[in-house]
Amino acid sequence: MATQHSRSAARAMMAPAVFLLLVWMLVPLILTLWFSTLDYRPLRGTFDCCEGLGNYVRFVSSSAFWDSILTTLQLLGGVLLITVVGGIGLAILLDQPIWGQGVVRILVIAPFFVMPTVSALVWKNMFMNPVNGLFAHAFKAVGLEPVDWLSQFPLFSIILIVSWQWLPFATLILLTAIQSLDSEQLEAAEMDGAGPLSRFGYITLPHLARSITVVVLIQTIFLLSIFAEIFVTTGGAFGTRTLTYLVYQRVIESQNVGLGSAGGIIAVILANIVAAILMRVVGKNLDA
Amino acid sequence: MTDTLRALMGATALTAVALAAQAETITIATVNNGDMIRMQGLTSHFTDMHPDITVEWVTLEENVLRQNVTTDIATGGGQYDVITIGTYEVPIWGANGWLVALDDMGADYNVDDLLPAVRGGLTVDGHLYASPFYGESSMVMYRTDLMEAAGLEMPEAPTWEFIREAAAAMTDRDNEVYGICLRGKAGWGENMAFLSAMANSFGARWFDMDWRPQFDTEAWSNTLTFYLDLMTNYGPPGASNNGFNENLALFQTGKCGMWIDATVAASFVTNPTDSQVADHVGFALAPDNGLGRRGNWLWAWSLGIPASSDAQEAAKTFIAWATSSAYTELVAAEEGWANVPPGTRTSLYENQAYLDAAPFAEMTLRSMESADPTSPSVDPVPYTGVQFVAIPEFAGLATEVGQLFSAALAGQMSAEDALSQAQALATEEMEAAGY
Amino acid sequence: MARAVTTQRKIVFTALAWGIGLMIFFPILWTILTSFKTEATAIADPPVFFNFDWTLENYRVVQERSDYMRYLWNSVALALGSTFLGILIAVPAAWSMAFVPARRTKDVLLWMLSTKMLPAVGVLYPIRLILIQLGLLDSKIALIFILMLINLPIIIWMLYTYFREIPGEILEAARMDGATLKDEILYVLTPMAIPGIASTVLLNIILAWNEAFWTLTLTTVNAAPLTAFIASYSSPEGLFYAKLSAASTMAIAPILIMGWFSQKQLVRGLTFGAVK
Repeated sequence: MATQHSRSAARAMMAPAVFLLLVWMLVPLILTLWFSTLDYRPLRGTFDCCEGLGNYVRFVSSSAFWDSILTTLQLLGGVLLITVVGGIGLAILLDQPIWGQGVVRILVIAPFFVMPTVSALVWKNMFMNPVNGLFAHAFKAVGLEPVDWLSQFPLFSIILIVSWQWLPFATLILLTAIQSLDSEQLEAAEMDGAGPLSRFGYITLPHLARSITVVVLIQTIFLLSIFAEIFVTTGGAFGTRTLTYLVYQRVIESQNVGLGSAGGIIAVILANIVAAILMRVVGKNLDA
Repeated sequence: MTDTLRALMGATALTAVALAAQAETITIATVNNGDMIRMQGLTSHFTDMHPDITVEWVTLEENVLRQNVTTDIATGGGQYDVITIGTYEVPIWGANGWLVALDDMGADYNVDDLLPAVRGGLTVDGHLYASPFYGESSMVMYRTDLMEAAGLEMPEAPTWEFIREAAAAMTDRDNEVYGICLRGKAGWGENMAFLSAMANSFGARWFDMDWRPQFDTEAWSNTLTFYLDLMTNYGPPGASNNGFNENLALFQTGKCGMWIDATVAASFVTNPTDSQVADHVGFALAPDNGLGRRGNWLWAWSLGIPASSDAQEAAKTFIAWATSSAYTELVAAEEGWANVPPGTRTSLYENQAYLDAAPFAEMTLRSMESADPTSPSVDPVPYTGVQFVAIPEFAGLATEVGQLFSAALAGQMSAEDALSQAQALATEEMEAAGY
Repeated sequence: MARAVTTQRKIVFTALAWGIGLMIFFPILWTILTSFKTEATAIADPPVFFNFDWTLENYRVVQERSDYMRYLWNSVALALGSTFLGILIAVPAAWSMAFVPARRTKDVLLWMLSTKMLPAVGVLYPIRLILIQLGLLDSKIALIFILMLINLPIIIWMLYTYFREIPGEILEAARMDGATLKDEILYVLTPMAIPGIASTVLLNIILAWNEAFWTLTLTTVNAAPLTAFIASYSSPEGLFYAKLSAASTMAIAPILIMGWFSQKQLVRGLTFGAVK
């Protein structure tokens, strides 16, 4: 129904966004691609041509690379699982008639506003510290040996911190979806003798499929680039080095920009593969 | 950064902004350590004397600061006029021509007053490239009351064996008293600083004269096994996440019997407002194994000027002020002698007022004098640096090795595995670096 | 559907919801409480909850050391600036994608999202070198652009999904009545789009406020926001829980308060097309 006129107007309206994102993506990407073929180590003063694919080979062939992929996937999977399952539970709970619903909702979404650095610092020091942390106090109070969270369960601890930050987001999106659910449908099912579980399984969950997809997709985009939480808590030690963190170590800690750039390019490629898979597998839900 | 790149970017750049007009604002990047925060608090004394200079502070946590400063200097960003760097960075950056030589600091500066070991560590080809703000070695700090209760007496120069014995005697887990607190947090400036210095006293070294990594040697195995044994049995829980600051908090709250760490900690643990054990702290030299080297390091937080700074004269003026004897006297007048930045000047250790106020002064000086960056270990080495190796690859490499050793402390791998992985890692890294 | 169990049920659910809500909120509450304690009380075992001598000392110390207002102002400027700019660019783009769909619309959208996956640290050197050449290191302008760009894909997507739910028939009716494109946007779409735009604005402000990589690596003084302020209080020497808590509270309070007051608006548009 769109006219030629409105089509060209539409293109004009999209142009700034597309142009800016294109520049934002391409310029650093091309420079990074170029750096990745160089022996570029600023502290040595080297900026020498032609490593070819040498940096890529070195980056991929180090054992740290595969470990970091695995860690990234574990982190991603863990956080997604906790936030989606927890988010559904919370959304259903908040959808019930309860007193002070508004206040509870405020409490639940609060972590989303906390900057990642702050939440990592607070969790690390005031909760997970094995001597002065609250968890340690609580463990001692019931006669248990305090747990050193960040070295005994490092990845789990980070998953916990990140999940705490993202649970509100999942809850909010899922709550809106649940509220749009036709309550008559549920009541009818209840009349027909469907138990709570089957009502959830046959009515609520299918209704939520779309929002779960959205939660998974958006969180994946953010979680793949998680950095502050690891930097503050373990600094990549104890098997918590994700791919992003490995690139950080190469670029900043070792100041090997060539190698790090190769890692960055690999990370971009992998992230796009993940995105493509996600789109194929769950993206259908997004089609209108 | 090369000319090719500069030219390429310059061609596409819109403007090359020169910020010459307001040259008298200096931006100082520093670590959020107590002495630096004190310096920041005293800024007005400086600006009163130099009303034409405005001072902007960028105070950051050590890792963030190092990351920002290194990236800035490596790309020639010119964001800072004064940077806080250590004895590891100065020789490398000075040799790269990234720092301004501090040859003419004025008559009051008295360069010959600087402690020779510190001055040597900040000098490249006869030029001083950074001025020491405070210097430190490491030593044993211990609880005199707990030592007495254990029926032991700390010698002035203990052996590692004695340390183990004392740690065993002082540990009282039910009351949360741990015989020994040592660094375990991964990082080249954290656990690896301690372990490299400790390794020296066990006769281990990072590289042999041909730059071959030495983690496969008996000496390193002894070092790590002893350290792990000590910490597992007598250390606090969660030691693998403890760095300097965490241990300081533990010691101040009475949870450590002994703590081997930076000499600057002495003024914190004896300060009654912060420390619950201020009256019961004794000091001893870092332990040895009878091999002729002690496990103490040498470090100086220093102020330098990046060559990319556009306010070098003002920056020099500030550094001359902040690292002068006059600044020391200012701190003494404002906060007491015990709080002056230690370990940079001989004159401080000849000052009776300081010696009276700081019971740890003599031990600090002796520790600093006994560290030899040019010959840190028993066997000869091709590098300089006691607890570091002054090559650009060290920071990244040592942090990764530190993560292995930290994992070993956390019980996630054995000492042998940690060492063999460290050896493989170091070999790979050194080959790639062209050694 | 009144039932005998309703009240009982309501009590159980209320208790459960409040219990979980308080648990989730507890770390923030604890941080705020700790910020009013002395350093010694902050690590006391057993922990003290309300029964301590409340002190503002930590806030005084933090303020004395760092000029909070300057960081706050920078945070506000960066968050609002990047949001304003982002909305300016995203609304037309999302509008045209939603109402004048082309064959490639979905691909363009996906491509936009994929630009968000560039690991920031991988392109740190290129971005820094470019900014140095432009003389824009430590400038708010550069950061506003960067923050705008990293959030642009998300907000375009969010707006796109929101706009799509606006029924197309209304537009057609307006066109029949001879409405121009301008009229369409101004009088028909905008009123319907306001809730979606409002919640997009809020989300973007939150994301920009909390961004902690670029704001930390590209700033020193002039553009340094609260993320840099916090970096000066993590693990200093000695006991620091109370001061860290005070600094943390100062860093998150503005956005937390804004979030609470506007949560209704935030929630309304935060669906990403998930609700049909």
